[in-house]
Amino acid sequence: MAGRVSRGLVAAVAGAVALSACATDGKDDKPKSASAKAPAPGRNKGYAHDPFPSTYHAYPGVPTLVRNVTVYDGEGGRIERGAVLFAGGKVVAVGQTLEAPAGATVIDGTGKWVTPGIIDIHSHLGDYPSPQVEALSDGNEATDPVTADVWAEHSVWPQDPGFGRALANGGVTTLQILPGSANLFGGRSVVLKNVYARTMQGMKFPGAGYGLKMACGENPKRVYGGKNRKPSTRMGNVAVDRATWAKAVAYKRKWDKYEDSGGDAPDRDIAMDTLRGVLAGEIRVQNHCYRADEMAVVMDMAKEFGYKVTAFHHAVEAYKIGDLLKQNDTCAAVWADWYGFKMESYDGIGENLALLQKEGACAMIHSDDENGIQRLNQEVAKALASGRRAGIAITDEAAWEWLSFNPAKALGIADRTGSLKPGKMADVVLWNGNPLSVYSRPEKVWVDGALLYDANDPKRRPVSDFELGQPGEGDVK
Amino acid sequence: MKALLLAAAALIAAPVSAQTIAITGGTVAIGDGSQPITGGTVVIRDGRVVAAGSGVAVPAGAQIVDATGKWVTPGIVAGIGSLGLVDVGGVQESNDSRARTSPFNAGLDVSTAINPHGVIIGNERAGGVTRAIVADDAAGSIFAGQGAIIDLGDDPDPITRPRAFQYVELGEGGADRAGGSRPAAYAMLFDAFAQAADFRRNPAGFDGRSTDSLLKRADAEALLPVLDGRMPLVVHVERASDIRQVLTLPRRYPGLKLILAGAAEGWMVAPEIAAARVPVMASAIADLPASFEQLAATESNVGRMTRAGITVGVLADGRGGEHGVTQFAGNLVAIARVPGATGLDWGQAFATITSKPAQVMGMDGEIGSLRAGRRADVVLWDGDPLELSSAPVSVLIDGRAQPMSSRQRRLRDRYLTPGETDLPKAYSR
Repeated sequence: MAGRVSRGLVAAVAGAVALSACATDGKDDKPKSASAKAPAPGRNKGYAHDPFPSTYHAYPGVPTLVRNVTVYDGEGGRIERGAVLFAGGKVVAVGQTLEAPAGATVIDGTGKWVTPGIIDIHSHLGDYPSPQVEALSDGNEATDPVTADVWAEHSVWPQDPGFGRALANGGVTTLQILPGSANLFGGRSVVLKNVYARTMQGMKFPGAGYGLKMACGENPKRVYGGKNRKPSTRMGNVAVDRATWAKAVAYKRKWDKYEDSGGDAPDRDIAMDTLRGVLAGEIRVQNHCYRADEMAVVMDMAKEFGYKVTAFHHAVEAYKIGDLLKQNDTCAAVWADWYGFKMESYDGIGENLALLQKEGACAMIHSDDENGIQRLNQEVAKALASGRRAGIAITDEAAWEWLSFNPAKALGIADRTGSLKPGKMADVVLWNGNPLSVYSRPEKVWVDGALLYDANDPKRRPVSDFELGQPGEGDVK
Repeated sequence: MKALLLAAAALIAAPVSAQTIAITGGTVAIGDGSQPITGGTVVIRDGRVVAAGSGVAVPAGAQIVDATGKWVTPGIVAGIGSLGLVDVGGVQESNDSRARTSPFNAGLDVSTAINPHGVIIGNERAGGVTRAIVADDAAGSIFAGQGAIIDLGDDPDPITRPRAFQYVELGEGGADRAGGSRPAAYAMLFDAFAQAADFRRNPAGFDGRSTDSLLKRADAEALLPVLDGRMPLVVHVERASDIRQVLTLPRRYPGLKLILAGAAEGWMVAPEIAAARVPVMASAIADLPASFEQLAATESNVGRMTRAGITVGVLADGRGGEHGVTQFAGNLVAIARVPGATGLDWGQAFATITSKPAQVMGMDGEIGSLRAGRRADVVLWDGDPLELSSAPVSVLIDGRAQPMSSRQRRLRDRYLTPGETDLPKAYSR
């Protein structure tokens, strides 16, 4: 992953910084010469880029062959009465007929479907967990419109019961946790494997890059306007954004110079580290934005400062500018049919996803909701049906790209998950029927080849610490 | 498709309620819990259902609507929500669902505020919702006020039953609104009932107009039909112990006609609810411990309560619109196949969004099913109405064909191709 350093390198960098401090602390009376300046640490090595590294590990699995199933490979491919083989945590083969290796578990999937695990690019599980009490409400650092210094992972409570529901009812195997949208710069996101762990680090998707949550529109101007602070208007939103990016450009210039040429290390600014990461292409911008006209402004602003918006989230008006999004290579992450709950969602329509697909723009479903994340397959089914009624022909298997491959691309992890291709993580769902039918549910869910949910085995159903010993513990939820 | 368009056109062309209409050849779901009937017939006359089912004779001279390949059902009865009270939830000026600073509470009457021409009403109607249970949210009191049953017809009169129920919060929400605890909520409830009795005894001597009066005259007056059982009391509680407590209220107030709303932990006390013959409006999908009063929430709640003999309707919640209850009901069918879960069969599930909510509100003689004599709220669907791929193709309310267009449909049509052509988009309609 670009910009990522190993733990070994972190130690080396720390050592270099210490040396640099020694060389400039004034105890040596000799005058400094240009040739005596501290050596250049090298680009992106001036400070740790991964101070909270993933400790996730795949749980043990057994080689598994699921056959006689309808397979959606996640990249638009479909095989009737096909087979999927995975072993060692990875997809081994997908095909019409596959031989079971010795010792493999063989599952007859007649009448069932196999798909890649669902990826939700927009979730607040862990930072707005259940129960929704103030003491656990950690999603919005709504004390300043620019909080690029906060990291959602530092709010993630790994005991959120929502993770287990998303796995068992939703077939969700990967999710991005974002800060909320009160702020223009909400902070860093984190990508998690949907596998319970004692620590946030234990859930962190190994090697996944960070995102920066940004927000335009009503929320920032309402939150800060309500405090009689800037921004209180949409123009105020953009003004604060641009002022902040201008600082970030200068910060990046200073740090690039230091890392390339050495000398005195500039002061660290944790918020600016994140924005520098965006400008360097290391961190992806995930931008909450509803209205078409505002998305167009944001894309121009990105060009002004030399970054790219990876995806607009909640883009209920994306269908009005599918052509523009395509030109800018920017994705839209949307709900199927949410609309009307606030002014900027007034023009939401159920055909949004299908119209984007028709235009050739990158589109995907998202939840932003602890209930919706349990039914993203159903949301896609509704969006698909709306599109077909509007005369837009999209196959079921192509629509599955909205659930796994496109979000994987927008998270920069499509080389590792999001589709059933040999060598990729065996993040796999066996559905008890057509997953685009309201009547189907996950029967088994594997993450990295480990069976972590089995509808037929109560021992393969997670129960978070919070629910242990409470009414309803271990119930089928 | 052509036949379908013709059928819809025929419905629209039908003179208002004047004629007998026979809808033939479709899969008919009565909505009363029975299973769908293929090749059924629905006969309506003068805005009412005459007969529905298999082997129903088509009266001579009836206008025939061919529903072959379609499903024919009663319209959805959605709620408890804010249909007709809101244009945009987040735009306070357009939102009548919560009276934040009003000195009044139980006396508030939502039937004064329903706007039948709102965009959301049009969208929900096109989504198959024909009647809705509408209530305010409680604001400065545990009492939210008097809710209404409305129709979504494209006509000036949306009210089916005004002042159909009183709505009160008695769980965490009640505690919050009463000053911080459940005992405070009960104190407010008991005192309000006591004051209502005072008002009944001596209206002239009732202090309900001074600024420091705990209950206004209008509020006291509105509670009298509740005490008499002429108006049901919808009580929002979730926790099992809260439900038990609510079920004791009729011992103190024998006239009370209770309805439970929420009841996420209802399955834990299902035999008690059933024995008390109290109907319930519950969420089909709430399965998270969203609060400490919903720790035992499960999707099996509706199925388990139904199995215990309770009349259960499904609450419309979610931001996709109230017609989304079809999806929730479909999920109740889905979990019937999940080991350890309790779901419903198709007929039961469809009833939770049609006849059951009507029954909960004491309106099932009028709405919610295609049984003879009911108002002719009829929806033709292009497939199984609980399935995600299905949508209504025509809607009748009181026997009248409804427009199927909506603002959202117009936006879709304008942006089927996003680019501008020889004129700006603003000229495309």
